[in-house]
Amino acid sequence: MYLRTALCAASALALTAGAAMAQSTLTIATVNNGDMIRMQGYTGDFTEKTGIAVEWVTLEENVLRSRVTTDITTKGGQFDIMTIGMYETPIWGANGWLVPLDDLSAEYDVDDILPAMAGGLSHEGTLYAAPFYGESSMIMYRTDLMEKAGMEMPDAPTWQFVREAAAAMTDRDADINGICLRGKAGWGEGGAFITAMSNSFGARWFDMEWNAQFDTEAWANTLNFYKGMMDESGPAGYATNGFNENLSLFNQGKCGMWIDATVAASFVTGGDSTVADSVGFALAPDTGLGKRSNWLWAWALAVPAGTQQEAEAKQFIEWATSKEYIALVAENEGWANVPPGARTSLYENPEYQKVPFAQKTLDSILSADPTDSTVEPSPYVGIQFAAIPEFAGIATEVSQEFSAAYAGQQSIEDALAKAQAITNEAMEAAGYR
Amino acid sequence: MARAVTNQRKMINTGAAWIIGLLIFFPILWTILTSFKSEAQAIADPPIFLFFDWTTENYSTVMERSNYGRFLWNSIFIAGGSTILGIIIAVPAAWSMAFVPSKRTKDILLWMLSTKMLPAVGVLYPIYLLFIQFGLLDNVYGLTFVLMLINLPIIVWMLYTYFREIPGEILEAARMDGATLRDEILYVLTPMAIPGIASTLLLNFILAWNEAFWTLNLTAAKAAPLTAFIASYSSPEGLFYAKLSAASTMAIAPILILGWFSQKQLVRGLTFGAVK
Repeated sequence: MYLRTALCAASALALTAGAAMAQSTLTIATVNNGDMIRMQGYTGDFTEKTGIAVEWVTLEENVLRSRVTTDITTKGGQFDIMTIGMYETPIWGANGWLVPLDDLSAEYDVDDILPAMAGGLSHEGTLYAAPFYGESSMIMYRTDLMEKAGMEMPDAPTWQFVREAAAAMTDRDADINGICLRGKAGWGEGGAFITAMSNSFGARWFDMEWNAQFDTEAWANTLNFYKGMMDESGPAGYATNGFNENLSLFNQGKCGMWIDATVAASFVTGGDSTVADSVGFALAPDTGLGKRSNWLWAWALAVPAGTQQEAEAKQFIEWATSKEYIALVAENEGWANVPPGARTSLYENPEYQKVPFAQKTLDSILSADPTDSTVEPSPYVGIQFAAIPEFAGIATEVSQEFSAAYAGQQSIEDALAKAQAITNEAMEAAGYR
Repeated sequence: MARAVTNQRKMINTGAAWIIGLLIFFPILWTILTSFKSEAQAIADPPIFLFFDWTTENYSTVMERSNYGRFLWNSIFIAGGSTILGIIIAVPAAWSMAFVPSKRTKDILLWMLSTKMLPAVGVLYPIYLLFIQFGLLDNVYGLTFVLMLINLPIIVWMLYTYFREIPGEILEAARMDGATLRDEILYVLTPMAIPGIASTLLLNFILAWNEAFWTLNLTAAKAAPLTAFIASYSSPEGLFYAKLSAASTMAIAPILILGWFSQKQLVRGLTFGAVK
């Protein structure tokens, strides 16, 4: 009797264990930001619909980059889905390291993805990563301080206007800095900002023969203008400020203007901001040369080639980047909290159009073209980066030289001369020249 | 008079020790305080020290979002396993170097230590490829083995230093009494070197607990220890300092408690043989 009961129990346990093992589990590497963390909270919805469990590996952006790069280049197979950006996607896609997303279902409506995003996440017309959210950059400014300065922000200002407005808004006694911008070393920090800014001044990283262009007047103008304006109206220690430092300053009411990622709009108008009620938005500035200084970026989900769970991974990507997911978040947390910048239909939604920064975000994204980012022709794709494998290393070094110049440790001429030498040397070693 | 001067000096020394101690402890204290603030209070300028609305919300959020128990268990397993394994290998090695040295013993010791000078990233790819080959990625046993190898030079060096303080005549006497090599190490040497072994254990446990390069690069979801837990709360785009502080406090709490209760042993071991 006891033996029979024990056997029954053992069989039941074995069956349960078997069923549990049959359920597949996806391992997803992702970045720690508000939208991604929010998605993790809704994973239950996906598991409920599909029976597929999800394990998250959340890492800081730079750690994530290094981690997924190591894994994909060695075919480690640790992840079924990777969160990557516009820089990695075309390079990895070209190398055959990613599964093409060319067979997504009709309900997914791949044509609804904003063309700029789809273009930046494709290689030779094939989509390799689906955008979870996209961003450009724009001006966020204090409407009350602008009014006090007796000025009015145009929808699409010039850098000259921005500099004048920054000077007018600066009040050192009240600890208000007219403008806060990234100056921190790092290709994704100050390097991204100054590269996007340089586009509007007519500069470019390379000519069509892959020669570095830091010895041009356009680059000297960019850096001199940046440093001049920041010395006049920027916060102390701006050479070490990145996104978080500027967000903190802006939210505490210490910046008149801040030019940075469009995703910051929800932070500066959110509960942690002391100036949430007096924030306006405008397009990133230009100098009248035909290119603005806004960038384009997307955090996207990709399937590494060699995963054993390709079909399940694609199922997850369809769920996470779908219109239905956006509706799910909107229903539970409001339209201001949905992942922005990925789908055209979001910006056609009347409810979303009521969000104060929605239109400017869309305008910024639409005005950015990674395939034509510079005034003079350039051989690379990308706005705040050049989509070649060597760029991250070169740009990190170059941005260190620039930051040293902002901090007054060397002249701008010296920084540019070093940038020219570093870049040409690296490009020669890599066989471009 | 002489006594008064001594007391005054004692007071100055004690005061200086307290100031240095507080300075060293301040970042940890600040992290703990920040973990009880709201995100807005965490970035307030000027910073708020004590007078803020204390909240445990960050801890609730962290507990809700992450499987803290699994990260903690992995940390205990990896740090504990690598330390014990290291000690088992290092005791005989240190014994031979301390009591039967050869002409090359000093060179071998220096060579062992020199391996610590190699930047870890330099061997990332070879080790990663080996781990793929042996199916050890995201595996606590693989990580335990790697951390043991990384800390082994320090363990051998520390034990060698402690063993050198033990008179060789005592071991000789044991041998005269018929002790085998195993008995000599297990029943004579080890009990005499307990303070040294204990401090080596503790120090290497702390080193393994805090190791962040290999633990981040060789793990994914299953074997990730508390270093990966902290990394998941760091973000260059978003102010999550209060939550990051809560995660950090939860990660360092076990090691702080362990250090607090074993401080006597730790100090005794670290100063073992320092004063003759």
